[in-house]
Amino acid sequence: MRRFALLIALALSLGVVIMSFAPNVSLAGPEGALASAITAQAKAATPTKVEANRTITIAMFLVIIAITLGVVVWAASRTKTTADFYAARGAITGTQNGWAIAGDYMSAASFLGIAGLISLYGYDGFMYSVGWLVAYVTVLLIVAEPCRNAGKFTMGDILSFRSNPKPVRAAAAISTVAVSTFYLTAQMVGAGKLMELLIGIPFKFAISGVGALMIVYVVFGGMIATTWVQIIKAGLLMTGATVLCVMVAAKAGFNPVQFFSDVATNPQIKDWVQIQLLKDAIPKEGFDYGQRFLEPGLLLKDVWDQISLGMALVLGTAGMPHILMRFFTVPTAQAARKSVIIAMFIIGTFYILTTLLGFGSAINVSPQIIYAVDKGGNMANMLLAQMLGNQIAPFLGDFLLAFLCAVAFATILAVVSGLVLAASAAISHDIYVNIIKGGHADQSEQIRAARITSLIVGFVAVVIGIAAERQNVAHLVALAFAVASSGNLPVVVLSLFWRRFNTAGIVAGLLIGTIVSIGLVLVSPNMIYPKVVAAGAQKIVTALETKEKGGAVLTEQEKAELVKAKAQYQENKDGTSSMGLDKPWFPLKNPGIVSIPVGFLAAIIFALIFRSKKEEDAFDELYVRQNTGVGVAKAIQH
Amino acid sequence: MAQKQEDWAAIARNPKFIEIHKRKTAFLFGWWIFSTVYYFLLPIGAGAAPGFFSIKVIGTINVGYLFALSQFFVSWAIAIYYASWATRVSDRLTNELIDELKLR
Repeated sequence: MRRFALLIALALSLGVVIMSFAPNVSLAGPEGALASAITAQAKAATPTKVEANRTITIAMFLVIIAITLGVVVWAASRTKTTADFYAARGAITGTQNGWAIAGDYMSAASFLGIAGLISLYGYDGFMYSVGWLVAYVTVLLIVAEPCRNAGKFTMGDILSFRSNPKPVRAAAAISTVAVSTFYLTAQMVGAGKLMELLIGIPFKFAISGVGALMIVYVVFGGMIATTWVQIIKAGLLMTGATVLCVMVAAKAGFNPVQFFSDVATNPQIKDWVQIQLLKDAIPKEGFDYGQRFLEPGLLLKDVWDQISLGMALVLGTAGMPHILMRFFTVPTAQAARKSVIIAMFIIGTFYILTTLLGFGSAINVSPQIIYAVDKGGNMANMLLAQMLGNQIAPFLGDFLLAFLCAVAFATILAVVSGLVLAASAAISHDIYVNIIKGGHADQSEQIRAARITSLIVGFVAVVIGIAAERQNVAHLVALAFAVASSGNLPVVVLSLFWRRFNTAGIVAGLLIGTIVSIGLVLVSPNMIYPKVVAAGAQKIVTALETKEKGGAVLTEQEKAELVKAKAQYQENKDGTSSMGLDKPWFPLKNPGIVSIPVGFLAAIIFALIFRSKKEEDAFDELYVRQNTGVGVAKAIQH
Repeated sequence: MAQKQEDWAAIARNPKFIEIHKRKTAFLFGWWIFSTVYYFLLPIGAGAAPGFFSIKVIGTINVGYLFALSQFFVSWAIAIYYASWATRVSDRLTNELIDELKLR
């Protein structure tokens, strides 16, 4: 216990040191270049940029770090067995677990990204957010309760219930680690970029700081600490969103009709839609560009891609290992049910509030400024908070912005901790204890293995995150959902509901679903295709040269653009994508529409070819148990 | 699993268990399909009938916005309805089965 406290104190001081030295490094180091480039860019277009008050922000970060480390100390003293470490000994209540699921699920991308999409593209951003909630209907109706009743610590436990455990656990661990790594890398890189943008902490420091905290939470506090970090985060997130929403709504006199009329009549939004989104140099006669912002089609143009993404969300959320794992922390199926319903209300309310924040920032801040500060719109909420706070009192603007930065920070910590725990559980519980040790390892050895694995997984996540700084990671979240929906979900559902399902089906479904998803993303438009980039640059060159030949004098900015486009063309004209392709082979960004049916078919066909009488006979036990919960309490103590 | 071996096949053949199985399957998959179809109407509708989505209903608020918003309420309604159905039907039947067979 004293050793834990010492290590925690060490991590805390490390965090403080990193944060307090950050400003100097950011000014001196090469990492500062990006931040200042962003600042310069923002300055060129508009006078606005996000500038968090460093003292208040870091003070709030320290408060969050102190509270969560307090939780870790408390949780560490209660983490003695593997049941404590992986499943918080099944003692989390339905309500607590509901908040924890919401905290596990809503990433910084939900908090900052969706509001940003709405502020830049209007209605389509809102439509995009819907699938993230509807996904929970699948979790509620199909997987939550059976998983609670049939599982123990990991997805591998459910799948190996009546099958040949070694190959099944190995395949389950591979797909769990794949999903977690993709998701975790996207989160880590996002965290680094965000901290850099918000308070100027350099990328490597930010990732190392987040990584150190996440390792401390998981290694010492296991599931108990992770759960409470997620609950605290969900509370902070909902508080932040609600406060900001009240301020936005107050501007429209708490009248939704007035609010949307403000959107449709806002001159800057009209201008933005006309010039930036629809590229109409001269306004079309009688066309209502403001109203257009509230209509579909400004961002999501390909219906098939949206259907494909929708399938990945609706089926993938229910196959996410870190979400499945949350159902092992509650004592009964009833508590699992209650927790999903509570999570649905929290998550749904959050997305509805996000709509108001997104449209609210479009009205109050303007899409032009939001885009100038960050092309993805990620700073919309931050700019809104700063502006609305400043209108009341300058201190309040700083305070609100600092609070939202702290919320984003807590959000990142909660999500990455859940992912590290899920990946570690798959490696230590499925691979080490059940495959290498054949299930024969005593409690102290198991829990040591769990802690060492978490440490390694966390460390590797930091290294991958730093290595991926300049990589395009946006597609990794889509990839994680694709693997979860095409690999994991089919075999979980078929294991629980189909008598004839068996080992061959599970292994084939997991591996083929995973490989096909990854393969399709590798040849999809998510990747960078130099020849496509070159063609785009060539267009700019042609346009500007034509203009010049026509006798027009190019502005300084256009001349610079021409030089840049020419260089870009030269650099890319002979290149191919990392898969050696000239252009995407698969037309959609989201592979779900193909990979999900392939995953299901592979699982079914292999199960039918390699029938197993023994596994079919064992179905009765699994089916009775998953429906009735008989034997659950005993299974936990086992 | 180190515990008393139940005769699982016999429980699975118990008429009460078969009733639980049938009613749960119908309810869960039925409502899941409803929810999924309702959800996919959103992207399909936005792509295929943008004109319909653009019809103004109250002030500048249009069909598209209300339809997207309704997705949240439909999901919540299914969740609440399921919770009440489960308490009334499946939990009750399951408890009756457990008592009848003395499974606890």
